[in-house]
Amino acid sequence: MNKADYKNVYVFAEQRDGEIQPVALELLGKARELADGYGEKLVAILAGYKIAAKAQTLIAYGADEVVVLDAPELKDYITEQYAQAIHQVIEAFKPRIVLYGATTIGRDLAPRLSARVNTGLTADCTKLALAEEDQEFLMTRPAFGGNIMATIVIREHRPQMATVRPGVMQKLAKDESRKGNVVTFEPKFDSSKFKVKLIENVKEAKDTVDITAAKVLVSGGRGVANKEGFDKLQKLADVLGGQVSSSRAMVDAGVMPHDRQVGQTGKTVRPALYLACGISGAIQHLAGMEESELIVAINKDKFAPIFNVADLGIVGDLHKIVPMLAERIAKEIEK
Amino acid sequence: MNIVVCIKQVPDTTEVKINPVTGTLIRDGVPSIINPDDKGGLEVALELKDKYGAHVTVITMGLPQADAVLREAFAMGVDKAILLTDRKLGGADTLATSNALAGALKAMDFDLVITGRQAIDGDTAQVGPQIAEHLGLPQVSYVMGLDVKGEGKYIVKKETEEGYQTLEVEGKCVLTTLASAFKPRYMTVAGIVDAFDKEIEVWGADKIQVEESKIGKAGSPTSVFKSFTKELKPAGEKFEVDPEQAVELIVAKLKEKHII
Repeated sequence: MNKADYKNVYVFAEQRDGEIQPVALELLGKARELADGYGEKLVAILAGYKIAAKAQTLIAYGADEVVVLDAPELKDYITEQYAQAIHQVIEAFKPRIVLYGATTIGRDLAPRLSARVNTGLTADCTKLALAEEDQEFLMTRPAFGGNIMATIVIREHRPQMATVRPGVMQKLAKDESRKGNVVTFEPKFDSSKFKVKLIENVKEAKDTVDITAAKVLVSGGRGVANKEGFDKLQKLADVLGGQVSSSRAMVDAGVMPHDRQVGQTGKTVRPALYLACGISGAIQHLAGMEESELIVAINKDKFAPIFNVADLGIVGDLHKIVPMLAERIAKEIEK
Repeated sequence: MNIVVCIKQVPDTTEVKINPVTGTLIRDGVPSIINPDDKGGLEVALELKDKYGAHVTVITMGLPQADAVLREAFAMGVDKAILLTDRKLGGADTLATSNALAGALKAMDFDLVITGRQAIDGDTAQVGPQIAEHLGLPQVSYVMGLDVKGEGKYIVKKETEEGYQTLEVEGKCVLTTLASAFKPRYMTVAGIVDAFDKEIEVWGADKIQVEESKIGKAGSPTSVFKSFTKELKPAGEKFEVDPEQAVELIVAKLKEKHII
C-alpha cells in the first residue's frame, strides 16, 4: 500500500427508509473542514435503493461529489451487502479518510470494513482535527467510561476510519445553490455470502422526541425523584419551548425512557440552554452535555460536580424553584 | 451444538475516580469484572445449554490474572475455558485483538460465536464484527434475543435506534449481545467450589496460526497519540439564595443570553 495514493475525505451518508440521517449531514460539516485543510475533495457515499435523488441534499450540505450506489440489495441495511458495496468503493477510490456515524448501522459496518480492508478504526469520536505541524489526522474519543479522553492516530494504514457520535459535529447551513458531481457506482455482489435475511423492522411507537434537536433542555436527575417531579420539569420546558431530558439514574430507575438520556451511554446534546435540575454531574453525564452553550444547574448539594461546568449555579430546592421559575418566565414572555 | 463465548476482564469503570489534584485516573482498588455485555452473552450460551445441551467454551485474551473471569464463567456453568495470553499479544488495538481471537477460534470447533457488543473500558464495539470478518462469517450486532430455528438457522432480534429488527441467520455466525437484554444467572455454590478444580487451558501465541505482524502492537493500525483528562471549562457563579432570588438570577441570565 502506498499512502500517497490515498486522497480525499469520504463520508458514509447513512440513510434509513430513504431518509438521509442527521448524523450524515453533521459529518459533512466536519469533513468539509478536514477536506479544505488538505485542499482535497469531500465525497459522500450514498448507498440504498432508488436513492439517487437525495444526492443533491448532500451537496447542499457541503459535499463536492456524491458516489451513488443504487441497488435492490442495498434497500435495507444488512452487514454483508453493505460491506461488499462500500469495500468496492474504498478499493476503487482510495480515500484518505472515511467517516461513519456511530449509530447501530455505522458501528456494525465500519469495524467489518476495517477488518476487510485491514485498516484502523477509531470509535465514537467527539473531536476530529488535523495537527498543525504535520496535518496528521487526530481522532479524539472518550475512553474508560468517559473518565479520560484519548487522541488516536492511524499512521501507516489507509484509509483512516472513524465513527463519530451523533449530535457532536455541526452541520453547515443548507445551500441549495452549491454545485457538485454525482457519480454512479455499480457494485458487484457475491450473493453466496448473503446469510442474513431481514424478516421485519419494527419501529416501536415510543415517544419519538429527539432531545439532540432541542434548543432548550430541562434535564432531571436523582433529585427530581419521580414522575411527579418530572411533570414540574415538563411545565418549565413547555414554557421555554424545550424538551425534558434525564440523567442515567432516572432512566435506570424506570422513571424516564432511554431515548431521553443524556451522557456517555445516552445522547450527546448541545442546546442553547441546558437546565440541570437535581443532577449531581457524574463525569459520564458531563460527557454528554458540557458543550451546551449555557448551563444552569439547580442542586441541593453545594459540592455537586455539576456546578463545576455550570455558568450559573443555584444551591437550592428544585421542587420549589422550578414551578416558580415556570410561572415567572411565562409572565416574562407574555410581556 | 458448540458455542464459544469471547469475554473480557475489565475494570468496573463506574468505580473509577479521578484524582482532583493530578487529574489522573485512580485505578487502585477498582474491582475487575466480566464485561457486562459479555456476561449477557454467557447467559445466552448457557440458556442454549439448558435447552439443547449445547457445549459452551469461554475464551479470554489478557494477562494471566484474567483467569479470574474464566473461573467465574465456570461457576456460572460453562464447560471449558481457554486463556489466551502471551507477551506477543500485548499492546493490541481492536484489529490486532480480533486477529488473535479469530486465530484461536479457527483452531476450535464451533457452530456459534458470541461476544459482548462492547467492553466498558473501551466502548468500541469493534472486536465482534472484526472477528466475524476474519472468520468469513455473518454477524449480527446489538443482539437482544435469540431463537434456534433448526436446520442450522437462527432467529435473532437486534436492537436499533427506532425499535428492533428480526433477522434470520443461516449457518455459523457471530453474535454480539447486549447486557441490558440478558440477565446473567448467579454463580451456584457448587459451581463456585467446582470452578477452582476445573482446568483452564492456557494458549500462547504459538497456538494460533497468525503472523506476528498481525498481532500485538505490531498488528495495531491505531495508536494513542495522547490521552488526557478533560479540561472542564471554568466554573461560573454559584449562589446559595432563597427560591425567589434564585428565580430572578436565572431569569436575568436567560435574558442576558437571549433565551427569553
